[in-house]
Amino acid sequence: MKAVVDIKKCTICGVCEEVCPFTAITVGETAVEISDECTLCGMCVDTCEFGAISLPEVGTGPGADSGAYSGVWVFAEWRGGEVHKVSHELLGAARQLADKRGVELSAVLMGHQLDEAVATDLIVHGADTVYVVDHPQLDRFTNEAYADVLVDLIRKKRPEILLAGATSIGRSFIPRVAASLKTGLTADCTELDISEEGLLLQTRPAFGGNVMATIVCPHGRPQMATVRPKVMKPIKLPERQGRVEAVAIREGIFSNRVEVLEVIPEQDQTAKLTEADIIISGGRGLGKPENFAILEELAQLMKGAVGASRGAVEEGWITPSHQVGQTGRTVAPTLYMAVGLSGAIQHVVGMQGSKIIVAVNKDPHAPIFDVATCGVVADLFEFMPALIRKIKQERE
Amino acid sequence: MHIVVCIKQVPDTKNVRIDPNTHTLVRQGVESIINPFDLFAVEGALKIKDESGAKVTVMTMGPPQAEEALREVLSRGVDEAVLLSDRAFAGSDTWATSVTLSAAVRKLGDVDLIFCGKQAVDGDTAQVGPEVATLLDIPYATFVKKIEKLDDQYLKVTRQTDDGVEVWKLPTPALITVIKEMGEPRLPSLRHKMRAKKSQIPVWGIGELGLDANDVGLCGSFTQVVRVFSPPRRSDQLLITGTVEEQVEQLFSYLKEAKVPGV
Repeated sequence: MKAVVDIKKCTICGVCEEVCPFTAITVGETAVEISDECTLCGMCVDTCEFGAISLPEVGTGPGADSGAYSGVWVFAEWRGGEVHKVSHELLGAARQLADKRGVELSAVLMGHQLDEAVATDLIVHGADTVYVVDHPQLDRFTNEAYADVLVDLIRKKRPEILLAGATSIGRSFIPRVAASLKTGLTADCTELDISEEGLLLQTRPAFGGNVMATIVCPHGRPQMATVRPKVMKPIKLPERQGRVEAVAIREGIFSNRVEVLEVIPEQDQTAKLTEADIIISGGRGLGKPENFAILEELAQLMKGAVGASRGAVEEGWITPSHQVGQTGRTVAPTLYMAVGLSGAIQHVVGMQGSKIIVAVNKDPHAPIFDVATCGVVADLFEFMPALIRKIKQERE
Repeated sequence: MHIVVCIKQVPDTKNVRIDPNTHTLVRQGVESIINPFDLFAVEGALKIKDESGAKVTVMTMGPPQAEEALREVLSRGVDEAVLLSDRAFAGSDTWATSVTLSAAVRKLGDVDLIFCGKQAVDGDTAQVGPEVATLLDIPYATFVKKIEKLDDQYLKVTRQTDDGVEVWKLPTPALITVIKEMGEPRLPSLRHKMRAKKSQIPVWGIGELGLDANDVGLCGSFTQVVRVFSPPRRSDQLLITGTVEEQVEQLFSYLKEAKVPGV
């Protein structure tokens, strides 16, 4: 199967040939020709200003009767006695979707010995209904217990949309939920909207963040997506009313083949990159491991974390837990400061969602300046100590 | 013990860049590589083979040229390879991919352990591993950095989470997805290279797998790309020049204005 060309509309301009990442398009005499190399990625479709290329439609699949499904759900991630911030952000985004669609927004809270206040707080953040499942088997996260409880609830209540955070928990068990329900799932969305027909428009980075793709799930229900932390905006309305419903799940659902032997929280606080609001990152430009001390000093001063490029980690200057990028962590802090770091694409994809990106590099042509909101062409060994002095001075 | 490693051939995104004028993807010089996380998965499987003996089979779903990736992995010491290739597989989303891979694992039969990379760097979804495990109804653990065999029936895995690490015990057959800390992939050896060159790699399509064309590829997919576009460029770029002192002053007021906490 491959992209389809409308011979009447094609002007053989050749623009699509240029954008095809798989060299699948050649310009023929009257229309472009698409070879079997085509992977249906859709790059050409959006590029063609004549609307001459389209993708074949997805099958109806095992499918579900979409009309029987209604409401938007958010999985409220309970971790170490509190709800993870991303769940509040999701409720903010989901509130808009639910209002646009004119349906209820519900949160699903799972855990053990859950505090009533945790549930009511979800209402304050936008939920109309909070389903609470409290069970000893949900005290520690496992894929099977978490997924099977959620699947059971979804089968009973039939929401049309389910959102979860793209955290280490969400990314682990949500695919089991989707596969068990036989429906589609889109990972790591950065933007969500809903069409008039009720299709969830899920936008996410693709090709290592080089392009954005909008994805729909026409037939499977619920339409499921995970969303990156720190992308959506939470709302907080203390006067909001809603209801909390404790849900009893039949005992058999909790059977679990996996046993959690140990949970060891990260000792090194600076490595908690994904949570940090401020990240000061270094690359090969630092020259030697001792120079990470400069970044650590600034990070401590600003209560941030220290990150690193793959280069610096490969040199052995800093442990892999600090690595930001494709093979490291994906982060989106308020401030990301890239120091002596060239900005290879594999690094950029892990930090381009940051709100403010400051690049400090002595090479004005370093690719990091392309993504920076603020570029400083300077010798980091002069600039960084001066910046630290300035911040200290201002504090006094 | 029979271990299957699922790998994927991906465009080398390191070399992908956007044309600053047309804002489109520049494909020139973009080569196919084996997804880096899958090489960590291969290494994890080979470590078990070294320690306690195992047969390791590598499998990939892709176009005919994905055979190249399989031969490369064979040259690193993997025993056998299977290529899942059929025009009907084109356009697969993670569900349709998982349907195909799980059918192939079933056809292999006696599989004790499946290794996958934590995610592929072209799609970054991290969904196929868990979905394959679900379709095969076997337990799984994601983001694993260390694996130990407790006995013939149980594994102990250490997995990285956002908050730290967790140690899980799971029975085989099981599926695990692997992160970088599993270990630097070993290099191909001359002996294995010779063997890899001569290896017959079977190609399985829908016929061999007993699948219906409607259940795989785009037809069998739930999700569909409706629009692809270049990310909006940041229009708020500021370049700070001058002496170091002037630059510090400017950056400081920039951060202050942006209300960055800690300034």
